[in-house]
Amino acid sequence: MNNNIFHPFVLPFVLGMAFVLTYCVVGLIRVIWQLPKEDRKQFLISLVTPKTIWANIRDLFGDCLFHVKIWKRNPLLGYMHSSIAFGWFMIIVIGHVMLFTLKPLEGVEVEGFARSFTNFYYPIFYKHFATETPVFAFLMDFFLLMIISGILIAVVKKIYSKIVGVKRVTKFGFADNMVRFALWTIFPFRLIAEKSNIMAFWWLYSIDLMIFMCMLPFTRYMHIPTEALFILLRHAGLKAREPRKGFALAQLYSCPSCGLCIDACPMSVNDQKSGNTSAYFMKILRNGDMAEAQRIAETCLMCGKCVLVCPVSIESCDIKFSQRAAVPYEIHSDHSYLDVISTEAEHSGDPSGARAFTFGEKISTKPKTLYFAGCMTQLTPKIMRSMKQIMETAGENYDFLDKDGGVCCGRPMILSGKPAEAQAMIAKNTELIKQSGATKLVLSCPICYKVFKEEYHLEGIEILHHTQYIDELVKTGKLKVGKGEVNYVYHDPCELGRAFGVYDEPREVIENVGNLVKAKSEKVESICCGGSLGSFRLTQQERDEITQNSVDDLMFNKPDEIVTACPLCLKTFSKKSPVAVKDIAEVVVENLQANN
Amino acid sequence: MDFGFCLSPSSHVKMDSVDLTTFNRLKETNPDVNTCIACGSCTATCTAGNFTEMSFRRILLMLQRSKEEEAKKMIQRCMLCGKCTLVCPRGINIRKILLDITR
Repeated sequence: MNNNIFHPFVLPFVLGMAFVLTYCVVGLIRVIWQLPKEDRKQFLISLVTPKTIWANIRDLFGDCLFHVKIWKRNPLLGYMHSSIAFGWFMIIVIGHVMLFTLKPLEGVEVEGFARSFTNFYYPIFYKHFATETPVFAFLMDFFLLMIISGILIAVVKKIYSKIVGVKRVTKFGFADNMVRFALWTIFPFRLIAEKSNIMAFWWLYSIDLMIFMCMLPFTRYMHIPTEALFILLRHAGLKAREPRKGFALAQLYSCPSCGLCIDACPMSVNDQKSGNTSAYFMKILRNGDMAEAQRIAETCLMCGKCVLVCPVSIESCDIKFSQRAAVPYEIHSDHSYLDVISTEAEHSGDPSGARAFTFGEKISTKPKTLYFAGCMTQLTPKIMRSMKQIMETAGENYDFLDKDGGVCCGRPMILSGKPAEAQAMIAKNTELIKQSGATKLVLSCPICYKVFKEEYHLEGIEILHHTQYIDELVKTGKLKVGKGEVNYVYHDPCELGRAFGVYDEPREVIENVGNLVKAKSEKVESICCGGSLGSFRLTQQERDEITQNSVDDLMFNKPDEIVTACPLCLKTFSKKSPVAVKDIAEVVVENLQANN
Repeated sequence: MDFGFCLSPSSHVKMDSVDLTTFNRLKETNPDVNTCIACGSCTATCTAGNFTEMSFRRILLMLQRSKEEEAKKMIQRCMLCGKCTLVCPRGINIRKILLDITR
């Protein structure tokens, strides 16, 4: 064996590399195998669809290599991650370019690219084997120093995480800590070995690499290889169906446990509750502790903030849904009684208990707007009254779908992991809405809005939240409002803002009737009110803590009134707020101009 | 002896023979059921109660009288909309209790 091209110290590295590659190939086959048949087909088709190919390339570079989302979150954190990951990547790439552009090597018969396979360890230890050309030497040293600068930030972050804008970090177990330590020491060892060429450091460097790679599959660092697969699966438009299989499994392994979701989660206002956040949920589910995973899945408020702040875009809410749906229920819902509801008039007053939903006579030729208040708005009748007044003033041809109590939209049932059992309610509402002859459906409750948008098939009927509807009325001049002097702060309801990006319409409405001041956290960052129907396990006290935190956040710029667009937020805030809490419809009614 | 009339059969529940296993198990996992004052706010707001006899207050009562089958039948009507939980003056997490009974 030629000493210029081989040395026993490369063996630990080769061993680690072989192990991690085998693990990744087996894992890849496992994930694809576990996908349901139609999902697998969809995935394979997406790999050859030009649109998804472009999205894949964009995100593979943007997310895996340049970490754009982390840069956006915090530039220093972005630099920390990029310098290590991108720097390492560049060292490997430049090393290989160097390998196949080199003059014929002693003892190496193959030429060009083929060397990357026969002598793949060469670039990792190149300084030991050959003296390099100055340009490559500069680039290699540059990126190595860049990595070490990133590691320095990482070490400081470990001691004082606020330096990168992170308040709480994930707590790790032994394996994660050990691999992290291995990662931190790999590059200083390499630097020392390269500069001094002392054998002991080459060995330490190689053994460090082996530890890193052999333990990688059992730690959070598995996100490095898995994220690429996850991006491909995500762009294929798949959804997690089972909590620990197929797509969900790829997501579990893609979670880097970075803990950005810990600060974002409304539950971690209480430090003891930060164990309920997605970072821990993913870890626990990955380790197979199903009882604990179930507990967290049922505690989560499903506000969706962790999904939006996640630098990997992991759909943790979908996994929690599938976890909820995985629980077997002994008793299933029976909503067949909904058949008693009918729009046929002869049923009214029927002693059998049949109900008639009567819609107003079609006097006007104007297109009809149907207003569905929803369960939560039934508990806050002032919203209903305000909406009625708004529609009257605007001269709309309107009707109420649930004046005397309607059927639930089905979203709470879906949230509890029983999507099939929500179908009876969805079918009944669809039937009633279609019979009403309306062309526009206005909803006051974002919970309903989400399910109507996603689960209902109401072709030809425009579905609007009342913020959008009011905005439309004001803009088209049907509703004339005056600008008051009150300072309002707007709270973005989770299922309106984060779920559908309805951020601007309510703000424009408020700016028309008063002054809009900013909250501390807005739009994507808005904090759940704590009343969410998504959670089953949070107790009233735990919810109150979240509400208080959210109210404090809204009161940051000392507004005169809090305005929201969700009856549930309204009810929840009213308990804790030091100022009046109002729905956007009420605020508009207060500022209606007399000459409408 | 037939007098042509009789007393109607007693409808009272014999508490000595009542099987409280389900209710006791529920109390363990959801201690807040103990705080219910049977005010009936949950029943008054119930969306399903608008169309049927669904009443959470009665479900609790049925379980305490070991009328489990009736309680389970009633629970099937629930839409889980959560109005009951919102209006409960004692802050009882009714939706969780309902889900736990059906498990």
